[in-house]
Amino acid sequence: MRNPFRDEGAAFRLVFLTIGAFGLIAIGSWISTWLGAAVAIVLAAAGVLVVWTGRRERPDRLRPRSPDRHRILVVANETVEGEELLAEIRRVTAARSAEVYVVSPALNSKLRTWTSDEDGARDAARARLDRSLARLRAEGLVASGAVGDADPVLAVEDALREFGADEIVVSTHPEGRSHWLERGVVEAVRDRFVGPVTHVVVDLERQAGAG
Amino acid sequence: MSAHAEAAGHGHEHGHHHGPPVANRSSRVDAPTLGMLLFIGSEAMLFGSFFAAYFFVRVVNPNAPSHWPPAPFHFPVFVAGVNTCILVTSSFTMHWALQSIKRGNRAGLKAGLVATIALGLAFLLTQAIEYAHVGFNTSDGAFASAFFGLTGLHGAHVFIGLSLLTFAAVRAFRGHYTPEHHHGVELPGIYWHFVDIMWIVVYTTVYLL
Repeated sequence: MRNPFRDEGAAFRLVFLTIGAFGLIAIGSWISTWLGAAVAIVLAAAGVLVVWTGRRERPDRLRPRSPDRHRILVVANETVEGEELLAEIRRVTAARSAEVYVVSPALNSKLRTWTSDEDGARDAARARLDRSLARLRAEGLVASGAVGDADPVLAVEDALREFGADEIVVSTHPEGRSHWLERGVVEAVRDRFVGPVTHVVVDLERQAGAG
Repeated sequence: MSAHAEAAGHGHEHGHHHGPPVANRSSRVDAPTLGMLLFIGSEAMLFGSFFAAYFFVRVVNPNAPSHWPPAPFHFPVFVAGVNTCILVTSSFTMHWALQSIKRGNRAGLKAGLVATIALGLAFLLTQAIEYAHVGFNTSDGAFASAFFGLTGLHGAHVFIGLSLLTFAAVRAFRGHYTPEHHHGVELPGIYWHFVDIMWIVVYTTVYLL
């Protein structure tokens, strides 16, 4: 559901919706009291339905802000230090000026989220992010980043407000071990944002075995 | 906007930081707009309590709904209808003011705000005249108390909205707003539309139904 008072324009449109709805109720009531009541109930039910089901938001187009530098937004959880992800970043940034922004969602249990117990999750995400950034910088890349919302799609949306990206890279565990794949995060990011979205699979178990 | 309170590369001062931790802002709505949303939510509940009182008085009245308002009272439906048009028009001028500053048109912003304030004042003046001629007073039973309570509560909100718009207008005339930074107009605008919406609800339920 989108907040009907999110900005002045939305509130202005709500004025017309209110006029329409209450106009219908008034007309129904003039014809018959019960008809007016029925119209009010139907409109209230429709309103609840709209709130309940939510409205699918229009996809946002990526808006790069630097024509001289390729800007990559990376969203990754535990896989943020994976070799496959680093290889993909190296491939994308090869032979051109590039900047990487890593967003590390603060993964948390539902119970802890509901009780606003986020400190541990944010500290863990911060530690992952710092290690990732240190490694990217050691490779000579311009890298910055932030801890993001536990919802990876929302974390990307938030990050894009500050970092106009040319492309998004989503890093996950392999199929069967990835909650994000199970929840359709990659598809959700592709649906939500218009622009190149690359999915990288990082197998940390294989990486640990090889190490 | 949840992520950026802790952007990496800024504020690595774990050993020196005093006071509360940096706020984790979330999420799709920025903090001032979220504050306005919560405020409007509480306002809606306040109006809801007055509507509950009004409908209770109406339901328990033995002559309702066939004879409403109860004799010998009657509502100035036409005058209130004109007042509704005035308030709805003020939403247009408010929207015009916002659209103007978004396009860098300062004259439009000022004219829109002044017109909105003028229309709001006209609404309050008309309501005061209506009160003077309505033929009953707050002491004339539960019906009259509920009527004045509900419409008076709304009138008080119009007054608050006018105060906010006056502050915004003063700042507009002092050149405070730009196409990029006009939150000081946007938030009173949201509030003004909310006041307009509440009046449509009040007018329909009290005067028309």
